[in-house]
Amino acid sequence: MTTAKTINLTLKVWRQKGPKDKGKFETYQAKAIPTDMSFLEMLDVVNEQLTLEGKEPIAFDHDCREGICGMCGTVVNGRAHGPEKGTTLCQLHMRRFSDGDTIAIEPWRAMAFKVVKDLVVDRSAFDKLIQAGGYVSVNAGGAQDANSLPISQEFAEKSMDAAACIGCGACVASCPNASAMLFVGAKVSQLALLPQGRPEAAQRALSMVRKMDELGFGNCTNERECEAECPKEISISNIARLNREFLKAGLFSSVK
Amino acid sequence: MNWFVNTLGTSIGKKLMMAFTGLCFCGFLVVHLAGNLTLYGGKDFFNGYVAHLHSYGPLINVAELILLTLAIIHVLTGTFLFFGNLSARPKRYAVNKSAGGRTIGSATMPYTGFLMLIFIIFHLFNFHFADHATQTVFDIVSNAFAAGGYVTIYIISMVIVAIHVSHGFWSAFQTLGANHPKYMPLIQGLGTAFSLIVGIGFGFIPIYVFTA
Repeated sequence: MTTAKTINLTLKVWRQKGPKDKGKFETYQAKAIPTDMSFLEMLDVVNEQLTLEGKEPIAFDHDCREGICGMCGTVVNGRAHGPEKGTTLCQLHMRRFSDGDTIAIEPWRAMAFKVVKDLVVDRSAFDKLIQAGGYVSVNAGGAQDANSLPISQEFAEKSMDAAACIGCGACVASCPNASAMLFVGAKVSQLALLPQGRPEAAQRALSMVRKMDELGFGNCTNERECEAECPKEISISNIARLNREFLKAGLFSSVK
Repeated sequence: MNWFVNTLGTSIGKKLMMAFTGLCFCGFLVVHLAGNLTLYGGKDFFNGYVAHLHSYGPLINVAELILLTLAIIHVLTGTFLFFGNLSARPKRYAVNKSAGGRTIGSATMPYTGFLMLIFIIFHLFNFHFADHATQTVFDIVSNAFAAGGYVTIYIISMVIVAIHVSHGFWSAFQTLGANHPKYMPLIQGLGTAFSLIVGIGFGFIPIYVFTA
């Protein structure tokens, strides 16, 4: 923490022209950065400077910049979304850094997330996981009467906590094994906890886990790094629920 | 049975096998430690326990076969998972920093596991495949632990076992889906206590024999 209004930083940024390029770290100086800026605004400033110098600006993913869309995210000094707990990169502010700091900025690294350019990674593997079963396919029909389907507060809350997942991929990025179990656990849980999700629960658990393996994600070894880095602080109890749902579906349901 | 192989062949399936076999080994450690503690009762008490154990005859051989099968499953599955996890991140990070999730146990599981495998092979040749015709098990134990080198190897090995168990115990429950807000703190506490009991319980025996 610093009380100075502006800070000077040395950035070591991963630059990679395209998926096939080998890529390397480039060093940039970020001068007179106001500490009230967000991390992405700091990158904007650096990019303006690079553009003025006639260089290629750093490509990075971003959209809402309000911490809810799940688009942004890089690994900052070895931490997904940077050092602030329960925060996306866009909501990380430069007051978290000190004057003279060196910051290493890398893309999410995983077999299933290929680097598109610089810090931008292809997270369509998450879309494929959702397509494998992260939905409810029954027709909802017209709006039902309120309370026609009683759901306890406890289950509603747990389902909502799981549904807070914004699909940013920080769980995969921070997992020492590049496993997608927290993401799949959250998606399976959010539906398995509600009556609308139960009819397809077994098929969903089997299909999503098979797809997860097929996409080249790693295996969960309960390191808990995902839970610690998740900007929405999604609990690994969702991974345990996925394990239960998978075990039930694989060994005790008639679904193959 | 295709569905069975398909289920166990997935990443979660492999983890379930690790959890199940791992918990079986925790049970084995309890029995093994309980038996070893008879050493504190002296030579006759210990040899009496050994004779009692061997009186089960073929049942012991069956138990040994089951343990060997569990060990093969645990080691092979663990190896598959380890290399699978390496290939899931072909390009590593330049800077690695924990967010506070990992523990010494969780971060070293494959390595402590591998060291334990080497230790178990060493231990079996040391005691199990030793000459049982001309000496009692008590003689084998007291001869082995008369050497300071053996005592050191065994103490280091027991620290490694304790580190492995400190993560393995609660992790097995999590993998089996047994994560409950009421019971999980208890399971984690039990895991820590169990790893300490295993480390201290087994680790003090070589020291006791060495100093006796």
